[in-house]
Amino acid sequence: MGRIKKYTRRAFIVSSAAVAGGVAFGVYMSKKPLENPLKPEAGAVTLNPYLIIDQEGVTIIAPRAEMGQGVQSMLAALVAEELDVAWEDVRVLHGPAAQAYYNGELITGHAEYEDGKRSAWQEFVRDAMDVVPKTLGLQVTGGSTATIDAFEKMRLAGATAREALKLAAAERLTGPLRTENGQVIGADGSAIAYAELAEAAAKIAPPEDVILRPSSEWKYLGRDMPRVDMVAKSTGTAQYGADVRLEGMKFATVRINPHLGGGMKSYDASTAEKMAGVERVIDLGNGIAVVASNTWLAFQAADAVDIDWEDAPYPATTDGLFAAIEKTLDEAPNSTLRDEGDTSLIPEGATEISAEYRVPYLAHATMEPMNATALFTGDALEIWCGNQAPLVLADKAADAAGLSADQVTVHTLFMGGGFGRRAEADVAILAAKVAKAMPDVPVKVMWSREEDMRHDFYRPAAIARMKGAVKDGEAVVFDARIAAPSVTKQSMSRIMGFAPPGPDPAHVEGAANQPYDIANYRVAGHLADVDVPVGFWRSVGNSFNGFFHESFIDELAHAAGADPLQFRFDHIAPLSPPTAKLLAAVRDMSGWTGKTPDGIGRGVAVTWSFGTPVAQVIEVANSDDGIRITKAWIACDVGTALDPRNIRAQMEGGMIYGLSAAMHGEITFANGEVEQENFPDYDALRMGTAPVTEVQVLENNPHMGGVGEPGTPPSMPALANALFDLTGKRARELPLSKLFDFAG
Amino acid sequence: MAYSVIVNGQRFDVDLPGDVPLLWVLRDELGLSGTKYGCGVSACGACTVHMDGEAVRSCQVALEDVAGEVTTIEGIGTPDALDVLQKAWVAHQVAQCGYCQSGQIMQAAVLLAANNAPSDAEIDEAMSGNLCRCGTYGRIRAAIKTAASEMRGE
Ligand code: FES
Ligand code: FES
Repeated sequence: MGRIKKYTRRAFIVSSAAVAGGVAFGVYMSKKPLENPLKPEAGAVTLNPYLIIDQEGVTIIAPRAEMGQGVQSMLAALVAEELDVAWEDVRVLHGPAAQAYYNGELITGHAEYEDGKRSAWQEFVRDAMDVVPKTLGLQVTGGSTATIDAFEKMRLAGATAREALKLAAAERLTGPLRTENGQVIGADGSAIAYAELAEAAAKIAPPEDVILRPSSEWKYLGRDMPRVDMVAKSTGTAQYGADVRLEGMKFATVRINPHLGGGMKSYDASTAEKMAGVERVIDLGNGIAVVASNTWLAFQAADAVDIDWEDAPYPATTDGLFAAIEKTLDEAPNSTLRDEGDTSLIPEGATEISAEYRVPYLAHATMEPMNATALFTGDALEIWCGNQAPLVLADKAADAAGLSADQVTVHTLFMGGGFGRRAEADVAILAAKVAKAMPDVPVKVMWSREEDMRHDFYRPAAIARMKGAVKDGEAVVFDARIAAPSVTKQSMSRIMGFAPPGPDPAHVEGAANQPYDIANYRVAGHLADVDVPVGFWRSVGNSFNGFFHESFIDELAHAAGADPLQFRFDHIAPLSPPTAKLLAAVRDMSGWTGKTPDGIGRGVAVTWSFGTPVAQVIEVANSDDGIRITKAWIACDVGTALDPRNIRAQMEGGMIYGLSAAMHGEITFANGEVEQENFPDYDALRMGTAPVTEVQVLENNPHMGGVGEPGTPPSMPALANALFDLTGKRARELPLSKLFDFAG
Repeated sequence: MAYSVIVNGQRFDVDLPGDVPLLWVLRDELGLSGTKYGCGVSACGACTVHMDGEAVRSCQVALEDVAGEVTTIEGIGTPDALDVLQKAWVAHQVAQCGYCQSGQIMQAAVLLAANNAPSDAEIDEAMSGNLCRCGTYGRIRAAIKTAASEMRGE
C-alpha cells in the first residue's frame, strides 16, 4: 500500500506537468466525461481513470474498497482481461476519492425477477438524486453493486487502452499487431513493452468503438482467480485502517454518549489526565477523546473520565422500542409495493393462518473495530481509514474540521470487514475533530470493541404481522404488514440532511419483490419513527424480510400439507424459472426427500435479493450437548459467474453471517444504552459450530446479480425451518438461542 | 521502568507501564501491526502470538508477565518466504477481509507443531477460540489439512 502516498495532494502539484489527464476513452455512460482524478508522478502515465502505466508496469485502479469480498481482484481482472497483462504483474490500488468513480448501479438498481420491476427503487433514487448536491457523489462500495457497475466500464478501460497502445506501436512495428503479457507484438514477433509506449499512447485520441471480447475468449473472467491481496493477508502485511503509522503519530480513543444521539452535560477528566501516557482529553460535545502514547493507555484513561450524559432521544428499553414500532402497524402504511388481488377476503373452504414475528436490533461487529487516523494542518485534512464511501466521508469530515471538501484527502485502506458499517462517516468525523484539536500532529483514533458495539448504526428491530390462507395444497392469500424504522430515510438524512418522501422500497425488499405466484398477495411497509441509529447491515431490509417471508411460506406449506421445497417450487416456477432451478439444485445436492430421520431436521428457504436468487437447505441434528447445525447446501444464480470461487466464498460467508445473527445476535437496550459490549455477549458461529457447506453457482439468470449480500437473507429462515422440522417448535422470534439449546 | 522483550529473535527495551498488554506493545510500540486487536477480552483470537511456542492471546499478557521468546505472524514467514501454513492459506485462498487471519495462522501453527495429523474434531477444538466474522472456516480447515500433509512429507 506504500504507493498510495503518491496520490496525495502534494504529489499532485509536483507531477502535474507530466500528466496526460482527462483522456476518458469512452468509458463513461454519462454524456460529459468526468475529470480523470489520477495525477501520476513523473515517468508514469494514465490512460484513463482506471490505469497507470510506468516503468514498473501496469497499475489498475479499483475504485471500490476491499472489505473481504475480493472486489479489487475482480475489478482488476476486468481491466486485465482486455488489456492483456499477466496476472502476476498486475498491481492494484484503491485510488483517490473522485466523482469519476461514481457507482452507476446504485442509481439504476438491481434487476428484479421480472424486467420492468426495477421501477420502485429507480423512482425512489431518482427522486433523491434530483436534489442531491452533485458534490456528494456516489463513490460507494455497497449494495452488492461493484462488479455489475464495473463490468462494462472497466473492460472498456482495458480495451481502449490496449487499442491506444497498439496505435502508438504502429509506427514502430509491422502489423498485424497483437498484444500479450504487457507488450504489443508485431507480425515478425518483435515486441515493445506497454511502459515504453504509454506516453505516446496518452497523446493519441482514444479509439471510440472498441469491441469487447466475447466470453468464449476470456482468459481470466469466469475462472477462479488468485486474489491480489491473499499473500499480504496471509503474512500480516496487509495494511488496514488500524495499522496506519505516521511519523510522530499519537494514539487516541473516544468515549461517546451511550445514549445514542444524546449530548454531554459535563465531565471531569482530572484523574484521567494524570494517568500514564496521557497527553490530553478533548471535549467532543457528545463525548470525549483521550490522546495518549499508546492505545491501551488511552482506553484506560477514557474509562476513568467521569461523565454526566444527556438522555437518549428514544424509548429507554427494548420493550419501549418494540412498542413504538408496533404502534405504527395501526397507522397507514408507507408502502404497499405488492398489492395483488384482495387479501382481506379468505376464499371459501380455505384454511387461514396468522402469525406475528419479531426480530431484534443487530450490530455489524466487523472484526476490525472502528478507527480512523487524521492529520489537520490548518488548511488541509488528511484521513486514513477503511471506508465504503470516500466522497461522503470527505464532505462530512470537512464540515467537522471547518474546511471545504476539496481540502480533504481520504486514503482508503483495507477494511477488516465492512458489512455496511463502514458506509457511515461518524468515525471520520470524530477523527477530524480530534485532529483539529491537535494541529500538525497525526492522530489515530481507535475505538474499543465495547465502544464499537455500543455505537453502531444497527440493523433495525422489526415486527411482521402475517396472514395467509391455503386451499387444495396452494397458497391463495399472503398478507404481510411489516413495521420497522427506515434505514433509507435515516441514512439519507445523515448524508443529505433530509429524507426523500414516498414509499421506501428497501424497507420491504425481500418480502414485496419475491417471485411467488399467489393470487391475493399484499406486502405493506410501516415506518416507525424511532431515533436509535440504524444503518445498512449486510442485505439491509432483506435481512428481516427474508426471515418473515420464508418462515411464513413454510407455515403455509405445512398448513397445506405440502413438502416445503416442492411447495416453493410450484409457486415460483411460473414466475421465475431460474429461481425454481435453484430449488431443484439444492434438492439434488442435499438429497432432499421431504423426510428426515429422528434427531435430524432440515429446512429450506429462497430469497431474491440484489439481483441474485439464492436457495439454501440447512440441516440440524441433536447431539449430546445440544443442537448442531451440521450441513448447508447453497445454490445461487448470478447470471454470469466472473470468479466462481470467490462467489462461493461470498455465499458461504454471507450465510454464516446470517446464521450467526439468527442464533446469537441481539442488541437490547436498558436505560437508553445498548446492553451488549463485546463478543461474549454477541457471539457468532465458530469453527466447531459452522456447518460443512457446499455451494453451486448457476448461470440461468438473464441479469448479472450481486454476490456480497444475497447469501445472508435465506439463511435465517432456512435454519428456523430446519429447527421446526427437528423439534416441531416454530421460531417466530430471533435470536434462536433463546428458544433452542444449541451445542457450544 | 523499562522492560526487555524478545520478539521474533530480536531484543527490545520497552518503556511502558508493566500492565500494558503485549498486544499494544507489539502494535503501537514495536510497529508490528500484523497482530490484531479484535476484542481485548480473550474472545476472538485475532491477537494470537506464540510465547515460547505456546499460543497466547497477547491482549491478556501484561508486559511485565512476558516470559520467554515471543513470535508474531511477521516472525513465521514473509511474502517472499512463506511458511508452510501461509502457503496453504494462499493455495486455498482462505482470507476474505483477512483481519482475523494472523491469529488463525498463529493458532493453527501451534496445533500442527503438536499434532501433524489432526482430525476434524481436533481442529475444531484448537480453532474455536478464533472468530472469523467473514466465515472462512471451511477454507481454514482445508488449509490446515494441506499444511499438515505437507509437514508429514506427503
Ligand atoms: S483481541 Fe485478544 S482475543 Fe480478541
Ligand atoms: S477473514 Fe474477515 S474476519 Fe476472518
